Amino acid sequence: MGRYFLSKLIQSLVLLFGVLFLVFMMVRVTGDPAALMLSREASPEQLEALREEMGFNDPALVQFKRFMSGAILGDFGNSLHFKTPALPLVLERLPATVQLASVGLLMAIIIGIPIGLVGGFTPGSVVDSVGRFVALIGQSVPNFWLGLMMIIFFGVRLGWFPTFGRDSWNSVVMPAFVLGLPVMGQLVRLTRSAVLEIRGEDFIRTAHSKGLEPRTIYLKHVLRNVSIPLVSVIGVQFGYMLGGSIYIEAIFSWPGMGGLLEQSIGWRDFPLIQAIAVFTSLIVLLLNLLTDLAYSIIDPRIRYGR
Amino acid sequence: MADKETKSHQTIDSLLDTEKTFKDRVAYFGRFLWRDRGGVIGLTVFLIVVFAAVFAPLITNQSPFDQDLRSGKLPPAWKEEGTWEHPFGTDSLGKDIFSRVIYGTRVSLMVGLFGVLIASILGLLIGAIAGYAGGRLDAAIMGGVNLILSLPYLLFVVFIATVLGRSLLNVILIFGITDAPIFARVTRGEVMRIRESGYVESAISAGARWPTIIFGHIIPNLLGPLITLATFEMSAMIFYEAGLGFLGLSVPPNEYPTWGNMLAAGRKYMTSYPWMASFPGLAIMFTSLGMNLLGDWLRDVLDPRMRRSRK
Repeated sequence: MGRYFLSKLIQSLVLLFGVLFLVFMMVRVTGDPAALMLSREASPEQLEALREEMGFNDPALVQFKRFMSGAILGDFGNSLHFKTPALPLVLERLPATVQLASVGLLMAIIIGIPIGLVGGFTPGSVVDSVGRFVALIGQSVPNFWLGLMMIIFFGVRLGWFPTFGRDSWNSVVMPAFVLGLPVMGQLVRLTRSAVLEIRGEDFIRTAHSKGLEPRTIYLKHVLRNVSIPLVSVIGVQFGYMLGGSIYIEAIFSWPGMGGLLEQSIGWRDFPLIQAIAVFTSLIVLLLNLLTDLAYSIIDPRIRYGR
Repeated sequence: MADKETKSHQTIDSLLDTEKTFKDRVAYFGRFLWRDRGGVIGLTVFLIVVFAAVFAPLITNQSPFDQDLRSGKLPPAWKEEGTWEHPFGTDSLGKDIFSRVIYGTRVSLMVGLFGVLIASILGLLIGAIAGYAGGRLDAAIMGGVNLILSLPYLLFVVFIATVLGRSLLNVILIFGITDAPIFARVTRGEVMRIRESGYVESAISAGARWPTIIFGHIIPNLLGPLITLATFEMSAMIFYEAGLGFLGLSVPPNEYPTWGNMLAAGRKYMTSYPWMASFPGLAIMFTSLGMNLLGDWLRDVLDPRMRRSRK
């Protein structure tokens, strides 16, 4: 158990280092990072001033050392747009994104898993067909477009929900639903196929033949085994939602990290973009670690085997 | 699933049976199509999209570039002020939306096709090396692949696209390279499985040389899962390209019409002129739905064991 977790921890640290290296390299790969960060009309003097200010004139190794030692302490330099340190700006936006992703995930779980369970126990039924259709739609609808359509329909025409911002309690409903829809579809599919698979296992037949009540079998044997793939997917998807909320936040003017990312792309504010990329990766890596931990608690095979 | 497969094989066999009359065969074929209706719908949609991309100038005589400010912001033809000259209406500059949706298939298909091509070749090489070598090399490669796959994908695509700048080639390269790990993982798993299977062992013990094993046994068995994966990934790339376009990070809007750019442009006029953003979105949904159906069907037909690897 401890060893398993330790190796996962080391892997995550290696990856975090890789992310930092990638982020460092990408900005410099085009040759002149100063030209990347300023608009095309910038004068040579302005370019030179920025180069000097950001230290782009130093040798690459010196720059890398400075970048890494700064990043470890959470210092990604000043945002070019706000002229204040980048990381606090990102942290300020974190609660809104976490709220959005959590509500979206909760909606996906509450709707998706029951539909998947019913579908798995009664394949071919009406609920099953509806569920599979929802799963297909959730997979195929571009969520940024769905967001626009929902704003037109439920926001403007019907006036049920606010179309932008995070000011009233029901602001979160539309963006969270849109963000959660693909996950919902995936949970329906996964739950359904897991139930179907586990229902065919030998130990379920044994449980039936030794006379256990069906209810006990479903709750104790089937559900516990179905929860194993679900836990891993939910963990991974939560990370995916945190990193993928950029469109949704942009459309609904949600004041989270994704919205900030969209704005900083427009401003070409690379210190801020770097801070968002690294910080989000850090959260996603932590989530993956927690998922692995939860996984090994539910499924003893992982603790002892492999 | 296994049951379904044997059934469809039976149908194909009976189709080839010369004893059957023509009418029988048509009936069998009809039943075959009906049982796999998802796949048939998917294939039809895919063919329609390919047809639209190839024969775009024949489908519409409107140019997707021509601006005409006098006929700007026209609603679709079935609305009161609409004309059949512009079936889906026009955008803020008076460009015909229908022809832009039709021509938009070209960029989408190009990104999907070449992106998948690059990703699958890279992934095939990496995965085959890992799967064939095994041991430490395999552990190192797959460790790296799994770690890359655990990163927030979209975020990095957006980041890289911002740095590299807007161009079709960049978009294709970004998707081709960032998507390779998935192909590598599937290839590696399949190579491992095929290598340890009974028929490869018996081929080796019967004295087959390695080219025979690789080209005669391993590659033909790899094709099924890889084609299935390629379909899903192509659909995903079309989706993500539109997403990048929506953020203003894909092909520059003055170069070629793309669905993502149309969405981005239509977003500003969303509440007053909703059709500008509706139609490109519907086009993305139509394509994506079709390709997902096609992928589901291919998975059932080509390899019932394969589970979806992502999303």
